[in-house]
Parts: sequence; C-alpha cells; structure tokens
Amino acid sequence: MSQAIQFDPIRLPDAAEDLRSEVRAFLAENSDHLDRPSRRGFDHEFSRKVAAKGWIGLTWPKEYGGQERSFLERYVITEEFLVARAPSQVYFTADRQSGPVILKYGDEALKRDVLPRIIAGECTFAIGMSEPDSGSDLFAAKARAERTNEGWRLNGTKVWTTAAHEADYMIGLFRTSPPTKENRRHGLTQFLVDMKKPGINVRPIFWPNGDHDFNEVVFEDVDMPANHLLGEEDNAWAQATAELAYERSGPERFLETIAVLIELVNLVGPSPDSRAAEGLGRLVAQLFTMRRMSISVAGMLAAGKEPVLEASIVKDLGTVWMQKLPGICRDLGSLIDNDPAACSRFEMALTSNLLIAPKLTIQGGTTEILRGIIARGLGLR
Amino acid sequence: MSEMTDIIVDTTRKIFEDLGDPQTIINAKDEAWRDSLWQALDEGGLTRAWASEAAGGAALSVADTFEIIRVAGAHAVALPLVPHLLAVWLLDRANIALPEGIMTVSSASNGAAVSIDAEGRVSGRLSAVAFAEHAQFLAVLADGTAGPTAALVALDNVGIEPGVDAAGDSFDTVTLNAVPAISAAAVDLEHDELELLGAAMAAMAVAGAFEGALKMCVSYSQDRIAFGRPIAKFQAVQHLLARLAEETAAVVAAAASAAFALEQANRPSAAFVDIASAKIRAGEAVNEGGLIAHQVHGAIGFTADHPLHRYVQRMWAWRDQFGREAQWAERLGRHFAAQGGDAFWKTITAA
Repeated sequence: MSQAIQFDPIRLPDAAEDLRSEVRAFLAENSDHLDRPSRRGFDHEFSRKVAAKGWIGLTWPKEYGGQERSFLERYVITEEFLVARAPSQVYFTADRQSGPVILKYGDEALKRDVLPRIIAGECTFAIGMSEPDSGSDLFAAKARAERTNEGWRLNGTKVWTTAAHEADYMIGLFRTSPPTKENRRHGLTQFLVDMKKPGINVRPIFWPNGDHDFNEVVFEDVDMPANHLLGEEDNAWAQATAELAYERSGPERFLETIAVLIELVNLVGPSPDSRAAEGLGRLVAQLFTMRRMSISVAGMLAAGKEPVLEASIVKDLGTVWMQKLPGICRDLGSLIDNDPAACSRFEMALTSNLLIAPKLTIQGGTTEILRGIIARGLGLR
Repeated sequence: MSEMTDIIVDTTRKIFEDLGDPQTIINAKDEAWRDSLWQALDEGGLTRAWASEAAGGAALSVADTFEIIRVAGAHAVALPLVPHLLAVWLLDRANIALPEGIMTVSSASNGAAVSIDAEGRVSGRLSAVAFAEHAQFLAVLADGTAGPTAALVALDNVGIEPGVDAAGDSFDTVTLNAVPAISAAAVDLEHDELELLGAAMAAMAVAGAFEGALKMCVSYSQDRIAFGRPIAKFQAVQHLLARLAEETAAVVAAAASAAFALEQANRPSAAFVDIASAKIRAGEAVNEGGLIAHQVHGAIGFTADHPLHRYVQRMWAWRDQFGREAQWAERLGRHFAAQGGDAFWKTITAA
C-alpha cells in the first residue's frame, strides 16, 4: 500500500473539556435560540452572542482578532452546538473554511477587512464550486474570470450554493485559463466575491417542503478588485485539496441527524426490551467509534499533519452512518409503546431527518468521490 | 508511538514473519511450527509482556501489549496468545507466580459458573475455552468464599472435550470437579472484568487480521489481470477495497482507543464504553469485511491452499470470543437507556 492508514488514539485535552462546560452553560442560558427549525439556522442575535464569547475564529491569530486557541477546542464547540441544534449558519462556513483560506491566501488589506467581521459574527460566507453542468467533477467548471484594467470580471453560474441568499461573500472557483493537456485541473482560480456587487443574481432552489437553503447564483459582468484573487492564478486545485481535510472530518460529518437517536433514547425509556437495548447499543458503538476517529483526525490536523486519506474515511463512514440512522431508529421505534408526547417528538425528529438524509452523502464530496480518494491512498489509482 | 513500542512491534513482527507465516504453516506437514513459534515468543519475553518485573515479566504497558496482539492478529495463526496473555494479566493482578508453560483462561461468561471452595478446589463446567488442548494450565476467575478469586489449575488430569471455533481451531469445554488449585488468591475484580479485558484483546486481534487481509487484497488486486488489466484498475473493485479500508480503519481506531482507555483506567470496568464499542464495532466490521476480502480474491482465496481463509476465519473466531456483539450491544444499550435522552450526549463525551 502506498500510504499507511493512521488512527492513533487521541483524547481531547483538559483545556477543551474545560471549555465544554463553558459551552454547555452558554447553551443553557440561550436555550430559547436552540432547535428552531423555522429559522434554518440563521440567527444574527445568537451569532453576536457567540462572537462575544470569542468562539468564532477561535484558532486564528490574535492580530486579526482571533484567540490562537487549539483546533481541538474548536472541535468541542462545534460538536456541542450541533447536538444542541444551535443556529450557527450565519458564521459556520466562514469559521470552518473561508476564514482559514483568507488567512492563508488573502493579502493583508483583505485580512484586516474581512476577518474581524467574521469574528464579530456579522459575516456570512457561501462556497461557489458546483455549476449546472459540473458537480463532483469540480475541474470541469466553466464560470470564468477575465482580467480587466482594475481587476477581474466574473461571468457564469454556480448552483446548490447553500446560504447564498444570506451571504456577504462567496469564495468561488472560476476559470482563468483553459485546462492543459498534461493537467486537466489546471486553469482554475479561487476568488473572494463580494455578494453585494451589481450583476449578481441569487435565485432560490426550494426543498420539497418549501424550505430554502440552496440557491442558483448567476454572475453577469461582475467586477472584482485585483486583490480578491486568493492564492495562485490557475492553481486552485492544489489549494483546494489541503482544505478538504478540515471540511471532511469534523463532527458535522456524523452528527447532523443525532436528534433522532436522542429522541429514540427518550422513546424506549430507561428499561428497554432486549430488541431496543441491543439496537440502541449498536448505534452507540458506531457513533462512539466515529467520534473517536474524527477526534483522531482533528488531533493530527492540530499537530500540523495533512491526514487527507483519513479525513475521507471519516466523512464517508460518518455521512453514510448518519444517513442510515433515521431509518434504523424508525425500525427500532416501531415496536415501542410510549406516551403520545414522546412518540410525537420522535416522529417529528424522524420526519425532518429523513428529509435531509439524501443530501448528506452528496455535499462536501460524494460517497463515490471519497471512495476514489481512498482507493488512490491505497495505491490502486 | 514511542521508540519502545517500535522495538516491540518490530521484534514481534520479525518472529511472526520468520516462524508464523500463514502460507508456510498451511503447507506444513505437522504441528511443529507451533512449538518453535511459541518458544521464540517466550524467549523474547512477549508471552509475559505485561507481567510485572517481579513476576519475570517485561512490565509493558497495556497499549504496548496490545500492539503485540495486533501483530499476532495480522498473521492469523492458531496460537493461544490472547488467552495466555489474559491469564498472565489475571495471575499478575492476584500476585500469583506465573507457571512455565502455555496457559489458557476462562472468563466464565455465557452464564457458566466456576467456584473455589475453602480447601482451594476448583469446580465448574467451562465452555468456549480457547486452545485448552494446547495449554498446560488454566487460569480462572472463580467465586470464592471471600469473593472473586483468581486460581491457577493444571490441565493434565482434567476432562477436556475438544471443540472447534469458527476457524476450526481448538475451542474446548473443560470440566473441573474439585480440582486442587496450584495457587489461588482473592483479587479485586468484578466477574465481568476479565471478560471486558478479553473482549478488548479480541477486538485488537480482529484489527490485526483486518490489516493483514487488507494488505493481501490490495496486493492481489494489483497482480491479478482480468479483461486485460489489473483488477485494481476497475472502479467497482476500487470501491470494494475502499470499503474494506474503511472498516479496517474503524476496527483499528476502536481497538486502539479501547487499549488507551484501559491504560488510563485502573480497572477494565472503567473502560466499559470504549471496550464494548470496540468489540461491537469489530464484530460488525467482520460481516462486510470478510466477504469483501473473499470477493476481491474470487474463487482463489477460498481454497485450503490460499492463506486468505485463515484471516477471515480468525476474524470470525475472535469476534465470537469474550461476548458476541449482540450481547455487548444489549449491555451498552441498557447503560445508555438508563441515563435517558437528555444525558445521552453527556454520557458519550464523558467516556
């Protein structure tokens, strides 16, 4: 095998566990903001409260307003917020990946302008990768950026763009040159796009139940200043791969449907029959192992390694697991008699999580793409 | 990993590569390999790895001893290393001197009871005792007059009904009728703690077998030509192997985490959630993992001559030892149900 797969046992440090108590106390104080599906996760007041705690941009340098705390402390905040169903959509993408990209590739003016606003909980980011004719095949992107006297001009369409209707900025992939014969991934460049610029048209794409997360974003002669180019022209593919380890291994890759498991525990009660106990025990073992693996990758990231293969394994196992979870809970819950209130909470959690389940193995890298990456790590491609 | 761990792993690997190669063992005409392999492990101090120095052991950490089991698992040979090391741990914990020779162990699970009377005579009918036929001694955790008692008995004059496990290896029933213990001592352990530790060790052995099987599958898929190219180039095969790698990763991570939890805990029951999860997850992985390994090899891997069956069958055998996944899952499920939904996440993060 070309690469050994590494999952060393890593535990969260004491500082992270101390922070967990603080996070739980904060969530208890702000319980009226939690678990409000109608807001689709957008809650500006809550975001400002989180910012006031210093929990956005936690790991970033102090000179831009960050705390320079560890990646493992951020992990604790993320998992506690997910389980409590805290509305973090305003800043989540910016905090997880857009901010770090700007930190790494943005010029000084851009960093001083944008990062403090993310940290203040007042800046929402979208990611512009997929297009109407290209999704998993990222390098087939056609939306283009052309040089002007002042900077760049954008034209084209991005699609499935989560939160574009709320976003202040998008970090998008645009074609600046044609691909070469030797490298079909060549020719794409990352840009920071100011979503308030004229020429950008955001059109909603609704869920079957009328909810709105996704959008189509059309660019018509949108002008960007030169310093909004992030990193190296034509070389975004190399930049994008390192980013993915952060995007793929976090607790959001196995905790999105956890509410249905928690409601199942309530439904089966303190003394379940053998069938329910055994079924619950298996789910606990699977969840527990997923979390151990995810923390192991977080520990490697914190130590400055690039566990790309391990992160892909975590995302595939985690997303497939959380996708199947509502169906398994449904089976286990079907033979349980409990009071109508517990049953109704369980059924509500079931319905909403069944609805989101199909997207979980598509967003952020499909199952098929991830297995291809793993196969490459095994030396098969 | 520490330098010490690296040395232990390299030493163990070298011994198994020299004397425990599965293909050589399959081709062997007799059982002589077993004695020479055990002797080499014994001379290397690996058979008493985690016993204290006073007991003639190497006083290795739990994690390092588990690395020995992982390497042994990766060679999938029929050797009583897991029960022997568990017996060593039990006797050492009870300050009982270690005998010269191969031991096996019984955790008296599956409802079986074993007791020791005031005169130090041990009685009980113990099923699922691994390699009793190949062992000279049996260590048990018995019900004594003063509570849980570790006892060592000789197996020479004891009734052994031979049986086999899912790998066709020795898995026997031992009947003790007032057999005088060589030595016995009360020990501060709950009855299920021996089984807990055994379950964690079996999970690590499964992890090793997965690593061995994955390596074999990857290399076979690169060598085997079909339809004019190595089968590794077919996307369908790549995705099968990716799944096998994922299951391997899950078992390795779960077993290593259980070892780490044991290392931190002063007793096995303090690592219950980690160990139960590892045993369940390892057992579940065997379902799909074993089938993928065979699917990738086609009919070739199914023969007696090919070593693959050893890996898959040892996975089946180890997952049967010290409690099956359904049994552990029921216990783990009850543990979490008793805490209630509001405490569910707190219980996960507290472990």
